[in-house]
Amino acid sequence: MSAWFDKKIYFDNGSTSWPKAPGVGEAMASFLEQGAFNINRGNYEGAYEVESIVLDTRDKLARLFGCSDSRRVIFTPGITWSLNMFIKGLLLPGDHVIVSGLEHNAVMRPLEQMKEVGVSYDIAPVDESGRLDSEELKKLIKANTKAVIMTQASNVCGTLLPIKDIGKICRERDIFFAVDSAQSAGSIPIEMEEWGIDFLAFTGHKGLLGPQGIGGFLVSEALDKKLKPIIAGGTGSVSDSLIQPKSLPDKYESGTMNLPGIVGLHAALSYLEDIGIDRLQAKKMAVTSHFLSQLNSFSNIRIVGECDVNNRTAVVSVDFGKVDNALCAFTLEQEFGIMTRVGLHCAPTAHRSLHTFPQGTVRFSFGAQNTVEEADRCIEGVQSILERYENLDI
Amino acid sequence: MRKKELKLVITFHTTADAMAMEKACKASNVPGRIIPVPRAISAGCGLSWCADLSARDEITAMMAQAGIKEEEIHECMV
Repeated sequence: MSAWFDKKIYFDNGSTSWPKAPGVGEAMASFLEQGAFNINRGNYEGAYEVESIVLDTRDKLARLFGCSDSRRVIFTPGITWSLNMFIKGLLLPGDHVIVSGLEHNAVMRPLEQMKEVGVSYDIAPVDESGRLDSEELKKLIKANTKAVIMTQASNVCGTLLPIKDIGKICRERDIFFAVDSAQSAGSIPIEMEEWGIDFLAFTGHKGLLGPQGIGGFLVSEALDKKLKPIIAGGTGSVSDSLIQPKSLPDKYESGTMNLPGIVGLHAALSYLEDIGIDRLQAKKMAVTSHFLSQLNSFSNIRIVGECDVNNRTAVVSVDFGKVDNALCAFTLEQEFGIMTRVGLHCAPTAHRSLHTFPQGTVRFSFGAQNTVEEADRCIEGVQSILERYENLDI
Repeated sequence: MRKKELKLVITFHTTADAMAMEKACKASNVPGRIIPVPRAISAGCGLSWCADLSARDEITAMMAQAGIKEEEIHECMV
């Protein structure tokens, strides 16, 4: 892997970050090799040690996301699972939901499923750069609007949505506010309680620099009173009862947890606390800024989303116009060793909003380990591809 | 075999609460330790905090300060 990877440039951190934070692999291997004890089930010192790491991971996540009680940090296999737990655990026939025009299928597909049982939704429009006007969203609110679900940053173009404004609007109207932090957690600040977020879905393997397969959500006290756990089973607590416990976090955490994943996430969060997410984000945005300035010199492509570093994350999407995007991505990888993601990014709603449906885009997403030199190599590749293919009818 | 003594045994709704208790007690030097819930007491998460009876006030004050909620507080032979 390493010899092969030496020649490659990884620009697909929007899919999953790589490399992971220092210490993640070691922590997971050590856990598996030296005592992969279960929690909530074993009464011995080794199990207590693991339980203590799990608690510490909850505490770290609560601090990171501005939540005052770590019992309200729930682990799940990932953000898609979390969003399903919100959508299917809260919404009832007759309820109405508002989403942004930048949502991922992790939101849209469960909502489409819920349409079959009488839930309806509206999409708050965004402009061609992905900007959302909160006044437009307000116009969609109905008497039966129960929730607003919104990504904080687009996984297609990196544009940020006005989460604070929407949180305020929701709080004033007693509407539950759910935020998808897939592309923002670990990169930009999130203050769940201060911003009026009732449900914050997160994943561990992107900006948080942890392993795949671990994520979760944070739930507000008000929402917890209404949210039903769609998965029930053994929790190791109240074992004399057949009724799912109401205490947090057990209410939403039935079954054996992904402890290697939590241990890995714990190591990643420790690294982020030590180094600071601001510092990592500054590195990512420096590469993004350089890349965008170089891309802006090409007249024959379209940068989808914001064309500068304001109001965005380190995710850049490009529509190569006359040149097929898939061919561009393939050539970038095969000839220049640059790994990107091409297509619709599991977000056809976002691509429709950004006028890049059905052709999609080539997405370049940077991590803190990426460099300006790598961005320059990529630009050379783009230039070469454009010169070669532009005048061909392909 | 160790002779049983009357002890303070605090049970919790969840393991997360029990571990939060252990963390807070260690941080504040509050006496006691985690033990499996004795069979005389039912339910809970399976873990409890066991300490001398004399530490009751100190422990409950710390719990109130740390926002840790018990399921029940017992005095039983452990």
